[in-house]
Parts: sequence; structure tokens; C-alpha cells
Amino acid sequence: MFSQIRKLVIIFILGFVCLQVQSQTIASENRQCLKCHTSQTFTIYNEWTELNEKRLMNPFYILDTVQLKTGVHHTFKCIDCHSYEYETYPHNGELKLEPLMTCIDCHGGDDTYASFQFDRIEEEFQKSIHYEISEDRFTCSKCHNQHYYKATARSSNSIKEIVEYSNNMCLSCHNSMIEYQLMSENTNPQLVQVHEWLPNQELHFEHVRCIECHTVVEDSLMVSHNIHGKTLATKNCIECHSTNSLLQSSLYKYQNISSRSGEGAIKNILSNQHYVIGTYQTQSLQYMFLIILIGTIAGMVVHTIFRIIKK
Amino acid sequence: MASMEKLYLYPLWLRIWHGVNALGIVVLIVSGISMQYPSTKFTMLDFGTAVNMHNIAGVIVSFSFLLFFLGNMFTKNRKFYRIKPKGLRKRLVKQAKYYIHGMFNDSEAPFPISEKRKFNPLQKYSYVAVMYFFVPVIIITGIALLFPELIIEEIYAVSGVMITAVLHGTVGFLIFIFLLIHLYVASLGKPPLKNFKSIINGWH
Ligand code: HEC
Ligand code: HEC
Ligand code: HEC
Ligand code: HEC
Ligand code: HEC
Ligand code: HEC
Ligand code: HEC
Repeated sequence: MFSQIRKLVIIFILGFVCLQVQSQTIASENRQCLKCHTSQTFTIYNEWTELNEKRLMNPFYILDTVQLKTGVHHTFKCIDCHSYEYETYPHNGELKLEPLMTCIDCHGGDDTYASFQFDRIEEEFQKSIHYEISEDRFTCSKCHNQHYYKATARSSNSIKEIVEYSNNMCLSCHNSMIEYQLMSENTNPQLVQVHEWLPNQELHFEHVRCIECHTVVEDSLMVSHNIHGKTLATKNCIECHSTNSLLQSSLYKYQNISSRSGEGAIKNILSNQHYVIGTYQTQSLQYMFLIILIGTIAGMVVHTIFRIIKK
Repeated sequence: MASMEKLYLYPLWLRIWHGVNALGIVVLIVSGISMQYPSTKFTMLDFGTAVNMHNIAGVIVSFSFLLFFLGNMFTKNRKFYRIKPKGLRKRLVKQAKYYIHGMFNDSEAPFPISEKRKFNPLQKYSYVAVMYFFVPVIIITGIALLFPELIIEEIYAVSGVMITAVLHGTVGFLIFIFLLIHLYVASLGKPPLKNFKSIINGWH
């Protein structure tokens, strides 16, 4: 009896230790990389001088752990995507040339992710201006960082967050000379100047995505990926500022957001996060306005008739 | 109104002020309506133009209101707007009755215009309501919409912009109704164009 309990306790402890070890191996594997790749400096032991030396990290190779944790690939080990040879430092120089997997390599033709329509997105992307100018050099990863990417449009219920997330993808390049010139010989046009015709520019960029104006809405896709040249961009205010706003079929269509509408006029006024002039008409208010207007005019007409009769 | 002697009722500054206001408000209403009901099929005004016109006219009318407000605080003109609660209802009813049937029976206007009394009671109190309630509300909400960053973004999931915009639109509509009635009542002069002439040349 006593030995049985002891056995149980041992198994229990062993199991616990094993679990502990297992979860540590996953974490510690990444942690080893992250020890260097999350701070501005790293320390290496120099076998020639036999000294611990502190060095500067290339700022473009510093990762953000918070975003890593929230990304869709947070369960991955670094070496699931990168070569295991990175486990040693100095890294093997050849590794720089190692081709990395693209979204389509893993997700293409995979029914598990059918709802994301990866293949159609690729098709659309290949029609876009970005693909036109630099073909395969412009990968999905230029916009979607594989470390951090999260499908904001379907997970967030804040329009502002979706907009910010999406626009930052474009701005990270269009507002950065360095990134931009990896792709182009030209200097990046100043977006503020390019969009000077748009009033309340800052407000617009916080409330609509660049892709609202720069793609044609594809009803069957969550996010249109076919970015056109500038001549085809939407400049017409009415496209958004009207009751059949294009935003209804793009930004505002997302389930997570539209599920909140249809809660009645008052609730809607109170809970709406966005107000786009021209798109929103409260039915009950409209009727009230109409009744008051008709009443006023009718009153005047009757009064006028009396004035004419009694003259 | 039967008396024939002429009264110099509206000094030049007042007529200019009134004219600027009138023009501004008409522009605001037209551009406001075309912003609220834009459509691809029929457009009174191009949306961008409407926004610009609305902004400019809004600023002008706001300044004009500020003038009015300060003027009424520091000049004699305030006496026309003083609220006298005693017998208020009676006076309002009396004037309303005059409009509804008195004027058809050739009765005398109960509150004839004089130098001391520029407005009849209904007129006065509707002006007070418009100038001291509706217009300030529309100006404040308007400024907030001009600088949406100023509006508290969200109080308890209440979007500041949405509620401000609905308020702005509603009050705008009420001022529009006021304008219609104002114009109609102005046409009650004898002959109908008399009052319109006097706001232009000053003589009543
Ligand atoms: C001792 C610190 C250190 C550790 C540990 C480390 N790295 Fe690095 N890594 C660097 C430095 C420094 C660079 C910059 C390029 C260089 O010096 O080779 C770099 C560069 C890289 C690059 C970019 C290579 C290129 O030039 O394109 C990748 C990818 C990378 N590391 C992945 C990893 C992974 C994965 C791990 C963990 C398995 C890891 N690193 C562990 C310091 C480290
Ligand atoms: C889902 C696949 C994936 C995982 C997991 C992954 N990486 Fe990467 N990593 C990439 C890709 C793809 C690139 C190249 C990005 C590019 O070309 O713009 C990259 C680039 C890098 C770079 C070069 C700097 C940069 O951002 O371009 C470093 C450093 C790096 N990864 C480190 C890591 C570390 C450390 C981990 C583990 C915490 C990790 N990666 C996990 C796919 C991955
Ligand atoms: C190395 C293969 C690989 C690459 C490269 C890769 N993914 Fe993934 N991705 C996966 C796997 C495996 C999962 C499932 C992870 C999980 O469930 O924890 C996943 C999950 C996702 C999800 C979440 C799916 C869900 O149901 O929640 C999205 C979205 C996604 N990936 C998008 C992308 C995008 C966009 C790219 C390119 C920038 C990309 N992935 C690149 C393998 C990959
Ligand atoms: C020019 C930038 C850009 C490029 C290039 C790009 N995307 Fe996107 N993608 C976006 C934006 C913006 C979103 C919306 C972000 C969000 O999820 O909120 C998005 C969303 C997605 C989504 C999520 C859609 C959903 O249903 O939730 C997937 C999957 C995706 N992209 C895959 C790809 C693939 C695969 C490629 C390469 C063939 C690619 N993207 C290239 C900008 C880009
Ligand atoms: C990695 C960098 C990068 C990212 C990310 C990026 N772009 Fe671009 N974009 C470019 C380059 C480079 C060009 C082409 C410049 C040229 O014509 O040489 C370009 C061109 C364009 C053009 C066409 C301009 C013209 O002259 O017709 C538009 C529109 C555009 N991008 C919008 C976007 C939008 C919207 C996003 C985000 C969804 C985005 N870009 C993301 C680099 C980028
Ligand atoms: C309200 C619609 C709208 C929004 C939102 C918008 N754009 Fe544009 N954009 C346009 C139009 C229209 C043009 C063409 C302007 C012209 O030709 O005068 C343009 C031009 C451009 C160009 C071409 C510049 C050039 O002259 O080569 C780029 C790049 C661009 N936009 C990127 C962006 C990015 C990035 C965002 C998001 C931060 C964005 N746009 C948001 C409508 C928009
Ligand atoms: C891509 C859709 C889109 C286009 C195109 C667009 N807008 Fe907007 N507009 C919006 C959104 C969304 C908002 C902000 C709503 C909010 O505050 O939540 C906005 C806000 C505004 C505002 C500020 C309203 C306020 O609350 O004070 C003005 C003014 C405006 N737009 C004018 C224009 C003009 C003029 C044009 C054409 C040159 C234009 N917009 C084109 C979507 C658009």
C-alpha cells in the first residue's frame, strides 16, 4: 500500500518534471535565439581572445516579443522556418542565402485554411502594381511579417485597430526610404503631399485603410489584394460618403464588426465607432424631419389660402 | 402696422450683419443637405466643394454670432432680447391668436412695432431660442466636427463623433425650419414684400 502510494507520487513527480522539461525545451529553444535577437546588444565568448565581448545587434534583426506572442505563428520554433544551423553563433554565412518559405509554400492548397483563400489572394496579388514592378522580389512577407502577422480584420472588433494595423503595413515601406528603395530605384513619394486633395487627411488615414481607395473591392474576398496604380485610385468622395458607401462592402462588412449593427437606431447612434458623413441616416429621425417639414409647409399653405380669401 | 409714419428701425450695421448671416445660413443649409444626402445619381454640389463651402460659411456665421453675442452683452440692443417671464404665456397666446384669426378679421396687431419693441413676443422668443440655444449648439458641435480629434473619442462605447454629428444635423434641420417660418412670417407685411424691403433699406 505504502509502496503503491510512493510509486504514484514518483510517477506524478516524474510526469510533472517531464512536462516542465518539455515546455521548457520549446521555450528555451526560442529563448536562446531571443536572448540575442531581442536586445540592442549581445554578448559572445570570443575563443581567440578568450574574452566575453559585448557587441551591437543589427537593429533590423531585433524582434519584438510582444508581437511574437500574439502572432498566428507563435507556437512555432524559430528553426521551424529558419535553418537549425542558426543555433550556433557566429551564424554560417551561407545561411544568408537560404530561401525561406512563403505563405503559399505552407498554406497554398491547404483545406485547413480554405476560409482564408490563400490561393485566390496570391492570384489577386499577382495582378497588383507591386508584383508588376518587382515580381517575385515582392513577397507576401513584405507586407505580412511572418513573425508577427495576425488576421486583424477577422479577430479585432475595433475598426480603428484594423485600420491602423493594415495601414502600418503600407506605411512601414511607403514612409521608409530604406525599405522602399529595396524595391525601387525611385525615392518614395511623400504621402501627405500626394493626398493633399483629401481634407482631414489624418482623420481619414485613421478611419479608412489605404486599400479602400487603392483596390477594387472583391466581394468574395475578406481583403482585396489587387492594388492598382495611382490613376485607378478612388478620388471620388461619394464612393464612401453616401448611403451605399463602398465601406459597407469592405471595411464594415467584417462579421466581428457588423454583428453589432442592426441593434436599433438609438443603440446604433450610441455604439457606433465610426461616423461617415453621408452614409448614415437614422430612419426614425428622417421620418420625424419629414413630418415636421410637411407640417410646416402645410401650415403655411393653409395660412396663405386664408390670406387670399380674406383679402 | 396701420400707421403710415416711417420708422428707421434697422441701422446699417444691423442690416449688414443680417445679410451676412442670411447668406451664410442659406449656404450652410444647401451644402449641409448635399453632404447629408450625397448621391451618385443627382448632386447639387460636388462633395468636396460642399465640405469647403460648409466649413467657410460655418466659420463666418460663427464669427457673426460672436459679434451678435458680444454686441447684445454690451450694447442697448440687448433690451430686445430680454426675457420677461411674467405673463409670457398670455402674450404668446395673444400673438398666436392674432396670426391664426385676428389678422383675417382686420384686428389691430396686439404688439405693434415701435422703436422700443422691435419684435412681437412670438418673434422675440423664437429668436431667443434660436440665437441662444440652437445656434450655440450648432456652433459647438460644428467646431467639434471641424476638428474631430477634439471630440472625446469614446465614452463607454459612445462614439463622440456620431452623436455630435446627429445633434448637429438635427439642430441644423430645426434652424432650417425656423428659416422657413421666419421667411413666411416676414411675408405677412402689407404688402407682402414690405418687410423684405425694410430689412434692406432700414425703414419700416
Ligand atoms: C549570440 C547571439 C545570437 C544568437 C544566440 C542567435 N543569433 Fe541570429 N544573429 C545574431 C547576429 C549578431 C546577427 C547579425 C548577422 C551576423 O552577425 O551574422 C544574426 C542574424 C540572424 C539572422 C539573419 C541572417 C541574415 O543575415 O540574413 C537570422 C535569420 C538569425 N540570426 C536567426 C537566428 C535564430 C533562428 C537563432 C536561434 C536558433 C539565432 N539567430 C540565434 C546573433 C545571434
Ligand atoms: C513562420 C516562419 C518563421 C518563424 C517561426 C520565424 N521566422 Fe524569422 N523570418 C522568417 C522569414 C520569412 C524571414 C524573412 C523576412 C523577409 O524576407 O522580409 C525571417 C527573418 C528573420 C530575421 C531577419 C530579420 C528580418 O526580420 O528580416 C531574423 C533575425 C529572424 N527571422 C529571427 C527569427 C527568430 C529569432 C525566430 C524565433 C523566435 C524566428 N525568426 C521565427 C520566418 C520565420
Ligand atoms: C512554415 C510554414 C508556414 C509559413 C511560411 C506560413 N504559415 Fe501561417 N501557419 C502555419 C501553420 C502550421 C499554422 C497553424 C498554427 C497553429 O495553429 O498554431 C499557421 C497559421 C496561420 C494563420 C492562422 C490560421 C487560423 O486558423 O487561425 C494565418 C492567418 C496564417 N498562418 C497566415 C500566414 C501568412 C499570411 C503567411 C505569410 C506571411 C504565413 N501564414 C506563412 C504555417 C505557415
Ligand atoms: C501590399 C501589401 C500586401 C501584400 C503584398 C500581401 N498582403 Fe495580404 N493583406 C494585406 C492587408 C493590408 C491585409 C489586411 C490585414 C488584416 O488582416 O487586417 C491582408 C490580409 C491578408 C490575409 C487575411 C485575410 C483574412 O481572410 O483574414 C491573408 C490570408 C493574406 N493577406 C495573405 C496574403 C498572401 C498569401 C500574400 C502573398 C501572395 C499577401 N497576403 C500579400 C496586405 C498585403
Ligand atoms: C515593401 C515596400 C512596400 C510596401 C509594404 C507597400 N508598397 Fe506600395 N509600392 C512600393 C513600391 C516600391 C512601389 C512602386 C514605385 C515605383 O513605381 O517605382 C509601390 C507602388 C504603390 C502604388 C502605385 C503608385 C503609382 O505610382 O501608381 C500604390 C497605390 C501603392 N504602392 C500602395 C500601397 C499600399 C496601399 C500598400 C499597403 C497595403 C503598399 N503600397 C505597401 C513599395 C511598397
Ligand atoms: C481616400 C482615398 C485614399 C486613401 C485612403 C489613400 N489613398 Fe493613396 N492615393 C489616392 C489617390 C486618388 C491617389 C492618386 C493621386 C493623384 O494622382 O493625384 C493616390 C496616390 C497614392 C500613391 C502614388 C503616389 C505617387 O504620386 O506616385 C501612393 C504610393 C499612395 N497613394 C499610397 C497610399 C497609402 C500608403 C495610403 C494609406 C496610408 C493611401 N494611399 C491612402 C487615394 C487614397
Ligand atoms: C475610402 C472612403 C472615403 C473617401 C474616398 C473619402 N472619405 Fe471622407 N471620411 C471617411 C471616413 C471613414 C471618415 C471618418 C469617419 C469617422 O470620423 O469615424 C471621413 C471623414 C471625413 C470628414 C470629417 C468629418 C468630420 O467628422 O468632421 C470630411 C470633412 C471628409 N471625410 C471629407 C471627404 C472629402 C471631401 C472626400 C473626397 C475628396 C472624402 N472625404 C473622401 C471616408 C472616406
